Amino acid sequence: MSTRAVGVVIACLAALPSVATAGTGEPDPARRQALLHLLRQDCGSCHGMTLKGGLGLPLLPDTLAGKDEAALADVIRNGVPGTPMPPWAFSISPDEALWLARILKEGLHAD
Amino acid sequence: MPIERLLGAMMLVLVATGCVPVLRGTGDLGIVVERATGRVQVVETTGRSVLGTVEGLGDLSHAAAVFSRDGRHAFIFGRDGGLTKVDLLTGTIAARVVQAGNSIGGAISDDGSLVAVSNYEPGGIKVFDTATLRQVADIPAVGADGRPSKVVGLGEASGKTFIFTLYDAGEIWIADLETPDRPHIRKITGIGRLPYDGLVTGDGHFYIAGLFGEDGLALVDLWSPEKTARRILDRYGRGEQKLPVYKMPHLRNLSTAGRLLFLPAVGQHVVLAADTGTWTEAGRVAVLGQPVFAVARPGGRQVWVNFAHPDNDAVQVIDVPTMTVIDTLRPGKAILHMEFTPRGEQVWISARDSDEVVIYDAETRKPVQRLPADKPSGIFMSTRAARMGL
Ligand code: HEC
Repeated sequence: MSTRAVGVVIACLAALPSVATAGTGEPDPARRQALLHLLRQDCGSCHGMTLKGGLGLPLLPDTLAGKDEAALADVIRNGVPGTPMPPWAFSISPDEALWLARILKEGLHAD
Repeated sequence: MPIERLLGAMMLVLVATGCVPVLRGTGDLGIVVERATGRVQVVETTGRSVLGTVEGLGDLSHAAAVFSRDGRHAFIFGRDGGLTKVDLLTGTIAARVVQAGNSIGGAISDDGSLVAVSNYEPGGIKVFDTATLRQVADIPAVGADGRPSKVVGLGEASGKTFIFTLYDAGEIWIADLETPDRPHIRKITGIGRLPYDGLVTGDGHFYIAGLFGEDGLALVDLWSPEKTARRILDRYGRGEQKLPVYKMPHLRNLSTAGRLLFLPAVGQHVVLAADTGTWTEAGRVAVLGQPVFAVARPGGRQVWVNFAHPDNDAVQVIDVPTMTVIDTLRPGKAILHMEFTPRGEQVWISARDSDEVVIYDAETRKPVQRLPADKPSGIFMSTRAARMGL
């Protein structure tokens, strides 16, 4: 994992707090790549590399339909206590979690 | 057919498939799963080389494999429910079925006649004839609560018996398939919350299920007539808050070091040593992250450990006599699996994000070779064919 990329993002956020809290924060292209890699490979270890489900639930547009983006982002950042779903807040910012929730609902392979 | 003609025909097949056209045994062969491309490499550990690749195996994220008793065929279980029988000598697919939506692992009967696959969705096991991959049994896993359950930790007990764990229901089932169309199933309920994996010990005596939702493991004595489950290593976390787990530990590949069985703790950065005589804790070793695999080197002198995200670039080596970490290695990026050669002089390590298999000399703990591989994950040596519990 690119800890350097994380560091860069954190540095940018620190330099531009108004942007970071504005809620518009689409991750930049390099960070998006890193997040997609994390999604397929590391989230994939429980949710399946194609997100069809494993020990964790499927994360596909039809299984996530009707679920609120903000609620999903909250699950991603804080996990689900009492289940294997771990909290990712240490490496995924609120904006990034929202972006992940949105692309999960849209479908990773739709593009 | 005269033997020369038979051999000639075999040579042609071998040449046509790009494999080395010589007669050879299977004892030093293995496979490396290339998870993103649905492909496996056939490797040999004497010259440490890739003999060829076999494509068309579907979704191999989280793939596992067992071997025919002659070590020639690998049965590979893919995430998409694919079960593929690969011939290591010709480098070809001998048979393939797609048997369920979402599978996780499998096991082969001691006599080599039946291969069983465990499925998440729909939860259960399916059993196939190893010669043809014709399905001979389908056992849906519906817990005592009436709900379907994901199946994990499939292993084989002696006879044509498979043993597995119901993740959602918290049960262990022992299915005797002597008569496959009328399987006899013994169900052990209430083993604990969220069992995430299981293993049969290398002597075939015990089955152990790891429990995500409890501070302990469930143990079944397969030699006892009553076959009940009891809790072992209870409260190994000593009441401490569990740390988050970014990848579930795997139990299948464990092996004993003398009397000790080394187990990854869940939610603790610790490898536990259980005394296999008393099933009490014999020691614990602090490691740098959540352990995923804790693999004993054949002979049991060391245990090699890899880790969950974000510590998945490291491998630590535990020295068993002193129960201390003697080395922290950085073989590459995203270490997914480690497999020893049969006598344990080499260990093959897959570094997914480095696109490499890194081979270490187990004695010096120095890399001796790197082989390119596309997103390598599981590495399985054919000598698993001759080991119980694998
Ligand atoms: C160690 C296993 C594991 C890992 C790794 C993991 N998850 Fe999960 N996840 C789960 C489990 C189990 C659940 C179901 C929890 C429950 O029962 O409510 C879940 C639930 C979820 C849900 C809610 C789904 C729904 O339909 O409500 C989302 C979203 C999610 N995970 C996203 C992620 C993302 C994104 C990652 C990677 C950054 C990730 N997960 C990594 C195990 C995991």
